[in-house]
Amino acid sequence: MKKTFKLEDLDCANCAAKMECAINKLDDVKHASVSFLTQKLTVETDGEVSDDLMKKIAKVCRKVEPDCRIIL
Amino acid sequence: MTKKQKRSLARILIAAVLLVAAWLLPLEGIWKLLVFLVPYAVVGWDVLWKSLRNIAHGQVFDENFLMSLATIGAFCLSEYQEAVAVMLFYQVGELFQSVAVGKSRKSIAALMDIRPDSATVLRNGEAVTVSPEEVEVGETLLIKPGEKIPLDSVITKGTTTVNTAALTGESMPQDKTVSDSLVSGSVNLSGVIEARVTSLFAESTVSRILELVENASEKKAKSEAFITRFARVYTPCVVIAAVLLAVLPPLFTDQPFTEWLSRALTFLVISCPCALVVSVPLSFFGGIGAASKIGVLIKGANYLEALSNVDTVVFDKTGTLTKGTFTVSAVHSDVISPEELLDIAAVAEVFSKHPIATCIVQAHSGHIDKSRITEIHERAGLGIEAVIDGKTILAGNGKLMDTVGAQWHPCHEPGTTVHIAADGVYMGHIVISDTVKEDAAEAISDLKAVGVRRTVMLTGDDEKVAEAVGKTLGLDEVHARLMPDDKVKAVESLLASKPPKTALAFVGDGINDAPVLSRADIGIAMGALGSDAAIEAADIVLMDDKPSKLARTVRISRKTMRIVRQNIVFSLLVKAVVLVLGALGIANMWLAVFADVGVMVLAILNSIRTLNAAK
Repeated sequence: MKKTFKLEDLDCANCAAKMECAINKLDDVKHASVSFLTQKLTVETDGEVSDDLMKKIAKVCRKVEPDCRIIL
Repeated sequence: MTKKQKRSLARILIAAVLLVAAWLLPLEGIWKLLVFLVPYAVVGWDVLWKSLRNIAHGQVFDENFLMSLATIGAFCLSEYQEAVAVMLFYQVGELFQSVAVGKSRKSIAALMDIRPDSATVLRNGEAVTVSPEEVEVGETLLIKPGEKIPLDSVITKGTTTVNTAALTGESMPQDKTVSDSLVSGSVNLSGVIEARVTSLFAESTVSRILELVENASEKKAKSEAFITRFARVYTPCVVIAAVLLAVLPPLFTDQPFTEWLSRALTFLVISCPCALVVSVPLSFFGGIGAASKIGVLIKGANYLEALSNVDTVVFDKTGTLTKGTFTVSAVHSDVISPEELLDIAAVAEVFSKHPIATCIVQAHSGHIDKSRITEIHERAGLGIEAVIDGKTILAGNGKLMDTVGAQWHPCHEPGTTVHIAADGVYMGHIVISDTVKEDAAEAISDLKAVGVRRTVMLTGDDEKVAEAVGKTLGLDEVHARLMPDDKVKAVESLLASKPPKTALAFVGDGINDAPVLSRADIGIAMGALGSDAAIEAADIVLMDDKPSKLARTVRISRKTMRIVRQNIVFSLLVKAVVLVLGALGIANMWLAVFADVGVMVLAILNSIRTLNAAK
């Protein structure tokens, strides 16, 4: 399943790349892509994109770029 | 500018004024430091705060941290002006980046300004304006002149002209009347119409297109992936180099530690790979935007990149290079005048629904007197037998002629031949063929001009038709009599024979060539307006029927790639030069920060040029 989320206050392109890298390292994520230009996060998983997984994603993102918020 | 950007600008200006003031004040010692700390705090407090916070998260190679480290180091070396200036220019760069990216984001959004804001629906006889998402299938829309057509629908009342320029890039008003279908996102020009909704907003053409464009940045080009990977190792390497530079030379030589520390700080100033990381995706974003301006939708930066290396272009014939509609291309009469022959044929075919019959009737310029027919039979697989003006007319293929022993002969012209006999005597024949699109020849020659080495056409038609089309258009190769799976095989063998690192593009109408579209390096579907299947299957979608857009798209892709390469080479080169000069003690922090911010500004400005690549 593929789901797209809007990102708020994503200010630097390098952080976007770092976020993408960090999210891709999560176990349940098949593929993730963070676009700095469209300010969007796309997550692809085998099963459903669960709230639990989104919490994990939000957590790693906070670590890399605390200002950026994922709009759920 | 947004509120945040304005606030940032204000801070930069205040800090700049304070910096100049601090410089002019004749202070010494601790007082001088304190005075310089004021503009530093004004412009850099958030960087300092972020770096502290990110350190707590274990992000050592964070750009905020590196900037803080460089500037605090400069303060320690009593290089107060440098410290404040580095922070100041760093913030100028960040602001510029944010404004520039916001601007190009907006201008691309404007290019794709097809999203309807509202829809007027007739509910219980009253016109209600609602958001397009709330409209159900089967409801009746009221669309006034000048309004966007909010949802895919079919006209139930009124006539009008519509313009699909926003979708196809081509301003061509089309007349529409009752029972014609309307595509959402096009603009109603002249009449007030009522139309029945045929799909929900989420499934409408406009939503599909917007979704496609918005997801385009998700598929990253190789050069973008390269830059991201590069960025990941660049910062740590530069930082490690900086540490070694600060520690090693003072240990082994008797030069002062402060001199080398100062050089190491120069390294930190240019340790951020931001210019590259922003400018490369921004270039692709702009290139994709420029293509959408001419009605070409590209589903990902990777396809744009591949297209710039296109070497072989394979076309499907019908509907791609030809119109897919049949017209009379020749009338060869043996006995009577061509006009008379066409007249007899048109009368004979007037009641038939067969596509060949319709085009013979269309080719007849005058009035067709149906009362001349006294008898008519359709002979399945052969043609038509009719009694006209008392004569038995046969119109059909060679087999039909043989049934009465008429002396027919095949035609040298390509196409479908309709033979005509009257009372068993051969009268001549009419050739019907698919017409080549007006811009097809131009499309091929333009592709050659942009460096496509091989153009190939695949078709299910016979050799004669295929070769004739191939010759008129100047194609390099023609493969005829192919079944759908033969087309896949043909494309596979072409893929195997192309030079490495080049791409093969297949262009089709997207209706029954999905397997070939997915097999090719780049699948291109054309005439996609209103065809969901084509939009799904292809990597690149030409919204209208014009093959000539291909070469323009290749040109856009080339220009985009050129800009991407310029940015990569230029940024890396400047950084490398500054690193070397910094290590040798020639470049100081001033130069480093100017180089760093300058490169970013130039790279971003260069990227933005892709937006105009369509010209």
